[in-house]
Amino acid sequence: MLNRWRLAGEEAAMTLLAPTVVALPDPPVSWSMRRHLAHLSDEALVALVARADEGALAELYDRVGRVAYGLAFRVLRDDRLAEDAVQEAFLGVWRTAAGFRAERAKASTWILTLVHRRAVDLVRREERRRADPLDEETRDAGASPSAEDAAWLGFERERVQGALKQLPDTQREAIELAYYGGYSQSELAERLGLPLGTIKSRMFSGLARLRELLGDDAEEGSWEPESTN
Amino acid sequence: MGTGIHELTAGYALDALDPAEREEYERHLDTCEQCQEELVAFLEVTGALAIAADGPAPSPALRERILADARAEQQNVVPLESRRRHFPVLAAATAVAAAVAIGLGIYAVSLNNDLDSTKAALTAQENAAAVLADPAATTVALQAGSGRLVVAAEGDAVLVLDDLAPAPAGKTYQAWIVEGTTPVSAGTFASAGGQAIVPIPQAVPDGAVVAVTVEEAGGASTPSLPPVAAS
Repeated sequence: MLNRWRLAGEEAAMTLLAPTVVALPDPPVSWSMRRHLAHLSDEALVALVARADEGALAELYDRVGRVAYGLAFRVLRDDRLAEDAVQEAFLGVWRTAAGFRAERAKASTWILTLVHRRAVDLVRREERRRADPLDEETRDAGASPSAEDAAWLGFERERVQGALKQLPDTQREAIELAYYGGYSQSELAERLGLPLGTIKSRMFSGLARLRELLGDDAEEGSWEPESTN
Repeated sequence: MGTGIHELTAGYALDALDPAEREEYERHLDTCEQCQEELVAFLEVTGALAIAADGPAPSPALRERILADARAEQQNVVPLESRRRHFPVLAAATAVAAAVAIGLGIYAVSLNNDLDSTKAALTAQENAAAVLADPAATTVALQAGSGRLVVAAEGDAVLVLDDLAPAPAGKTYQAWIVEGTTPVSAGTFASAGGQAIVPIPQAVPDGAVVAVTVEEAGGASTPSLPPVAAS
């Protein structure tokens, strides 16, 4: 009846207490939860995962899982091992989300770092390292992403691959063998018959150069590739 | 740049260090701001390399396995009881609070008068993320409504409502901080239905209760009872 009370004092408040609390509706069906999560940044999702929010983990997987698996497969060259790497990495996300520090890395970068490290650990253990690119048939295998995702991924891939091509061959080789092949610096020094210091310098210079190349067009308008180049 | 242990930043970002080097570098990283900054930048580059890896898509079963893993594993969420113990006063305060209090669960679309300010909304979102990610924050379940109130050590708080129907036409949700018997408005917000995260713009003192009421659009100076949710 009186739906507008002024909180005059504790007494009034007490009398209003329990019986007046309105029940909230039933929990939403999962798709509607996900729809709302779609508005959150990756970082906010990680924060929710830190609070054991399973829906937030699902949303993170939907955003990053495609790239994560592609990366793990490139390193491991094996469905089962790549799935293991991604699964273990996401379990790591679930367990350690509270330790994530947004000032150190984007959430997607953090997740991909976990996936990559796991993949590298596995590939070293399995002794199955290779650094050559995947063939086309392998690349196109698996479920096809949505058109929107495919467009974004395709564009980003071309942009990064284009930047890689602009590196001096020696730097590109060091980075690809390390990142996609899973070779450590000392293993590369041995394999290439070069001093360790040379390998370290190539990796350092290569990443620094890539950073410049990617930074040039990453800041703005990355959605509209130049049609005239 | 590029000498000695600093140079390991690249190898670290590429996961190309041997285990002993990795440990050594991580110890160094704790104390070297230059390397920390460089690593942040290099990790963005390796993140880009991940996108360029060009591998195939995973099978849909992988997603289910990951979610099953998460479900099977109980995460460490602070049990409600533990915060209750921090608030011996809760009996009295809660009574009042509950009267005013609320149960929220929104993604705060807007707070106060920042309805159209994307920037303010983003800042609020970042602040909320920081509170939610703070391992030292305490989580308390709402006494009314489904959701939780997360309070960081400094009193920064975020209300997470698992489900909050949109406010009726012409109405808005309004959050209140009730300390003793005095409710102070913590801003109005909308809900699109579903889960909502509401950053509380003022510090929530020990013993205070956060509540949510339904008010006329524009907000009210005193809460209309009953609350729809309360901590």
